[in-house]
Amino acid sequence: MEKKIIGKAYVLGNNVDTDQIIPAEHLVYSTSDTEEIKKYGHFALSSVPLNQAGLPDGGKQFISGDNYRSDYSIVIGGTNFGCGSSREHAPLALQVAGVKVVVAESYARIFYRNSVDGGFVVPYECSIKLNDKIKTGDTIEIDIDTNMIKNHSDGKSYKLNPLGDVFEIVEACGLFAFARTSGMIN
Amino acid sequence: MGLAITEKILAKAAKREAVKAGDNIWLDVDVLMTHDVCGPPTIAIWKKEFGERAKIWDKEKLVIFPDHYIFTKNVHANRNVDILRQFASEYNLPNYYDAGTERYKGVCHIALAEEGYNVPGTVLFGTDSHTCTSGAFGMFATGVGNTDAAFILGTGKIWEKVPESMKFTFNGKMPEYLTAKDLILQILGDITTDGATYRAMEFDGEAISSLSMYERMTLTNMAIEAGGMNGIIAVDEVTEQYLNEIGVTDYEIFKSDVDAIYHSKYSYDVSKIEPLVAKPHSPDNRDTVRNVEGTKLTKCYIGSCTGGKITDFRYAANLLFGKQVNVTTFIVPASTAVAKQLEEETINGVSLKDIFEKAGCIIAESSCAACLGGPSDTIGRSIDGDVVISTTNRNFPGRMGSKASQVYLASPLTVAASAINGFITDPREFL
Repeated sequence: MEKKIIGKAYVLGNNVDTDQIIPAEHLVYSTSDTEEIKKYGHFALSSVPLNQAGLPDGGKQFISGDNYRSDYSIVIGGTNFGCGSSREHAPLALQVAGVKVVVAESYARIFYRNSVDGGFVVPYECSIKLNDKIKTGDTIEIDIDTNMIKNHSDGKSYKLNPLGDVFEIVEACGLFAFARTSGMIN
Repeated sequence: MGLAITEKILAKAAKREAVKAGDNIWLDVDVLMTHDVCGPPTIAIWKKEFGERAKIWDKEKLVIFPDHYIFTKNVHANRNVDILRQFASEYNLPNYYDAGTERYKGVCHIALAEEGYNVPGTVLFGTDSHTCTSGAFGMFATGVGNTDAAFILGTGKIWEKVPESMKFTFNGKMPEYLTAKDLILQILGDITTDGATYRAMEFDGEAISSLSMYERMTLTNMAIEAGGMNGIIAVDEVTEQYLNEIGVTDYEIFKSDVDAIYHSKYSYDVSKIEPLVAKPHSPDNRDTVRNVEGTKLTKCYIGSCTGGKITDFRYAANLLFGKQVNVTTFIVPASTAVAKQLEEETINGVSLKDIFEKAGCIIAESSCAACLGGPSDTIGRSIDGDVVISTTNRNFPGRMGSKASQVYLASPLTVAASAINGFITDPREFL
């Protein structure tokens, strides 16, 4: 897996639920068809209220025009990121849009599990509230070996909480790969 | 040191003497449930990961209910039901309840109870966050994603971290104007939408004991709205009677030890709780109905796994008997069994269905329908500018359709009272 990730930040508030990440009406597309899956990227974060979309200013579309890839590859959230529905389409949509890491103060359980077990995005927790320190568009570097996040736009660095028990699954890029390396399945 | 009911059930599923909160364990799954939204991607992952040798670990333990997007012309949604149908046929699955047939049941969480899949002491996983509903039967039940479900489908196993338990005790006798929905909205307002994240929510007390199984399911259903991993109510005579009536007799009863360790304990006197709502746009944005009384409505909605059970319609029909609604009101029975009960049950000789029809309500077919918005032709879906009061579970931005709509969550009594007046109304006005 990639150990150093550099990209632009897209900053959100607290309680970003999975209906905001991928509205239920779009949960009809194939997740295995390589063309159709792009719809998930296109509609990623499309139900975030406009004033919350890309903080601190808001009003910044995560996906522009007809694209399915976003200019932003790191999402910074607040507390309870990914609450609500169990839809695995949520972390999948972020991955299809090009997101590699989400950093939030806390996560809802199912979104966190889905991110880890499906190998979609790395869900880092940070005890420090970052969504008032990092601005949408800032260039961010995340180092998975040292658990550090650095904001190149102002030079400030913050410590991320280690991934802990799930690190091996994250490193293997998902539950199936992990289960194979540990001999649990063939 | 005592153990909580959730710890005891998880220890059994992990084949261990005992487990404690924080332990990472592998569980043997008793039932895996999926539906038309998450079933097809689960099957795709299972096929991809297990390849040619993909085998279902135990066909008897796999239960599939198409329920989300059933009555729609959306070709992609219909294709998903086709995928389930083909899968069920290819593997000769005994527990597939196909749409468009007499086997069709409607919303999975209610159908699980009706069809006898909720067995005390067992562990049930489902590809739906409201799988926690089944915890009303003294069992462990929680939602997972497609990858976890695909792993279970092939191995029958899943990892979990044993949750800490929180205890919510409701003392006193339920007043006639309160329902289980008010109780869970009370909790949500107190602990917020992440107040129980990764924890078990255990409910007990005199008021809980007096509730029917369906009302109990309203409480455990919305445990996820507080971030709870599971909601759970220990088996008592009410549970045993329900199970006996549907022929479920082989089960193990677990109860929390008196010295069990809890993360926290909350105690309520139900006589002090009044009818509540969750205001837009979060289930924890609690207020009293009185404080928002008079809010003009464009839609009323009674349905879903949370608020579309027979008990919800009994509450609503009692208020709507002989009255007219003043705003578009949708009645969406959660299951086909509930729909049948609406025709059979009567108040003063009039069926609940007739009461709703005469009141001017629109009665829809059983499915998840507009609870989660759904495809554009979904009945009851909110549009820009709508102000809705609903017995459903979530009022996130855009959850019921348009993100330019506002949704209030409330009890079936409050929704029915509001439907009569056309604005948010305290049900005590009609009781």
